[in-house]
Amino acid sequence: MKTPLLQVKNLNKKFLVGKGWFQQPSYVHAVHGVNVTVNAGETLGIVGESGCGKSTLGRCILRLIEPTDGEIVFEGQNIRSLQKADMQKLRRDMQMVFQNPFDTLNPKLTIQHILSEPLIAHGIPKRERAAMIEETLEIVGLNKSHLSRYAHEFSGGQRQRIGIARALMLRPKLIIADEPVSALDVSIQSQILNLLQDLQEQFSLTYLFISHDLSVVEHIADRVAVMYLGEVIELAKKEELFQRPMHPYTQTLLSAIPITDPDEKKERIILTGDLPSPSNPPQGCKFHPRCWACMDVCKTETPPFTEADGRLVACHLYTK
Amino acid sequence: MTNVLEVTGLTTTFSRNERAFKVVDNLCLQVKRGESVGIVGESGCGKSVASLSMMRLLSKNGSIAGRIQLNGADLLRYSEKEMQKIRGKEIAMIFQEPMTSLNPVLTIGKQLSEGLEKHEGMNRVQSRQRVLELLTQVGISRANEIYHEYPHRLSGGMRQRVMIAMAIACHPKLLIADEPTTALDVTIQAQILDVMKKIQRELGMSLIMITHDLGVVAETCDRVLVMYAGQVIEAADVRTLLRSPKHPYTMGLIKSTPHNAKGQKRLHSIAGSVPAPDHYPKGCRFAPRCEKVMPVCLEQNPPLLDVDQQSECRCWLYRENRESTAVNG
Ligand SMILES: Nc1ncnc2c1ncn2[C@@H]1O[C@H](COP(=O)(O)OP(=O)(O)OP(=O)(O)O)[C@@H](O)[C@H]1O
Ligand SMILES: Nc1ncnc2c1ncn2[C@@H]1O[C@H](COP(=O)(O)OP(=O)(O)O)[C@@H](O)[C@H]1O
Ligand code: SF4
Ligand code: SF4
Ligand SMILES: [Mg+2]
Ligand SMILES: [Mg+2]
Repeated sequence: MKTPLLQVKNLNKKFLVGKGWFQQPSYVHAVHGVNVTVNAGETLGIVGESGCGKSTLGRCILRLIEPTDGEIVFEGQNIRSLQKADMQKLRRDMQMVFQNPFDTLNPKLTIQHILSEPLIAHGIPKRERAAMIEETLEIVGLNKSHLSRYAHEFSGGQRQRIGIARALMLRPKLIIADEPVSALDVSIQSQILNLLQDLQEQFSLTYLFISHDLSVVEHIADRVAVMYLGEVIELAKKEELFQRPMHPYTQTLLSAIPITDPDEKKERIILTGDLPSPSNPPQGCKFHPRCWACMDVCKTETPPFTEADGRLVACHLYTK
Repeated sequence: MTNVLEVTGLTTTFSRNERAFKVVDNLCLQVKRGESVGIVGESGCGKSVASLSMMRLLSKNGSIAGRIQLNGADLLRYSEKEMQKIRGKEIAMIFQEPMTSLNPVLTIGKQLSEGLEKHEGMNRVQSRQRVLELLTQVGISRANEIYHEYPHRLSGGMRQRVMIAMAIACHPKLLIADEPTTALDVTIQAQILDVMKKIQRELGMSLIMITHDLGVVAETCDRVLVMYAGQVIEAADVRTLLRSPKHPYTMGLIKSTPHNAKGQKRLHSIAGSVPAPDHYPKGCRFAPRCEKVMPVCLEQNPPLLDVDQQSECRCWLYRENRESTAVNG
């Protein structure tokens, strides 16, 4: 088997919170021992509820924030030890698309300017830039008449096209897309999802696709990792995960998706209680206070993330 | 059955920089006792403005025309003082972002008691008892503790539950919920919708559910209105609307949802984007994006007409069906 494009090994990120003078320092373990691999050309979906650590994971992989420990291996090279300059070079191959392009597109700059930035940063000579920008704009469905305009003059969908163009500028190998369609209306969302799929084919892109929207991930991903309170608790091929979720939390999540078919009645699992605070997660299995299948062992022992039935799952139901 | 709410020709106009534009155009809506009516549409189509208009909570630069009858009384004739007596008691609203409507410096208990003491004339002890009941009713397990908490210490799901408790405290006849679960995670959304349905059944309350999510509509509503660019473009019972949509926009919307694309590689998509209220096109407002556009569509905005027994639709494709009750738009 080929080496995967990206391997994330035992990645941890702790944020220091509660920093008052007399307060004990406390931590949010936002990403907790995450192991995932992403193969070249595939889309790995990351799903989970707000605050479970999806964005933090994405940012750590690109080292936009520094992980606390763990390894990030990109094309066989551990990038955690890279110096700033080498990391900067590597960013040609690894790019990010954000949820709200408006926040990340400087309102004082024209589109021309925004799209030139990555080219300048990577030393592309001026004479080549214009052609590259125009070509990329057309690829994402805009054109050069848009170049002199500012981000706020565009609709949400167009802004996301600009965000994608910026990420695509240097023809990266990996794009980490963090909720790229969550801020968009359904009719626009499908345009952008189609665009992302076309680009993947055209440029053999690999995606790490982060979303809280399960039906979007079901559509776009090849494999899916489900996160809960900083941990990946199940990872499987899309079809397997959606047809037969194994982890009780995955089952809950899938059962909660509202469906547009008035005749398709599904068995809904309604959880009691809220997501526990990530700075004070439960002992044992972090899902145990909300789990209907909870056993004694779950309250004290953390279930290992191991293979069961050809997929990876962290639940004591499958460890015997 | 009698209508709790009858809205006729509701038109809301905003003026900005000496220019006026209609954000809600000729909305007609009836809600029966105990019924749930959904209003769906993309952002900016006028859903929130329509609901704020019904509550008479618009900002100063907005003006309302038409008729809004709640149990036969025309709300547009009421003074602000009279409206204050009705809000919360007869008609209540839940907002998308609960923090905007919770007072950050008052405990949950205080905020909930206020309405009860004002509208129902309860004393402290009575209102406290009732608040604890309400919190339990909306699925808050540690009601006694939450009673003393401040809003910012609660999670999004808990705040939304508190909002629901507050909205139903005085048993309103009609509850308007504006995207009550849009900001929430799916598992929490499922909890909240479950609570809302249960309470609606218990109180025999009518509900207007405003959302952009067809899934939420399918789960909670009896009837649906689809809005596009300030106008209702289709209205039908839920099953008919989802099973056999009539308007090209509704059809496109249903086909665009990833869930309905099972197995297909590409999603259906509607070209273009929603126009802003000051740029609504002259003819059919959907014409620039419509696959079935005809010459007439570019000239005249079609009226909302009955297509058959089940559906009303605003589209020139159904010109022949026009004999029946015209509600012109
Ligand atoms: N800079 C920071 N300092 C302290 N805590 C942080 C910081 N960034 C994130 N966190 C915490 O880490 C956890 C994971 O956050 P993250 O943003 O990765 O979640 P997410 O899964 O992307 O959520 P969402 O779906 O809301 O985007 C949360 O508890 C969050 O509050
Ligand atoms: N107070 C206001 N003043 C001027 N325009 C407004 C105001 N409130 C809303 N609008 C405009 O009215 C249109 C409909 O808004 P809204 O009802 O909030 O849409 P939605 O369907 O997303 O709830 C939008 O174009 C919005 O910008
Ligand atoms: S380990 Fe136990 S508590 Fe955790 S999900 Fe599995 S059954 Fe539930
Ligand atoms: S009236 Fe014409 S443009 Fe409008 S939706 Fe119908 S067919 Fe399309
Ligand atoms: Mg995030
Ligand atoms: Mg709104």
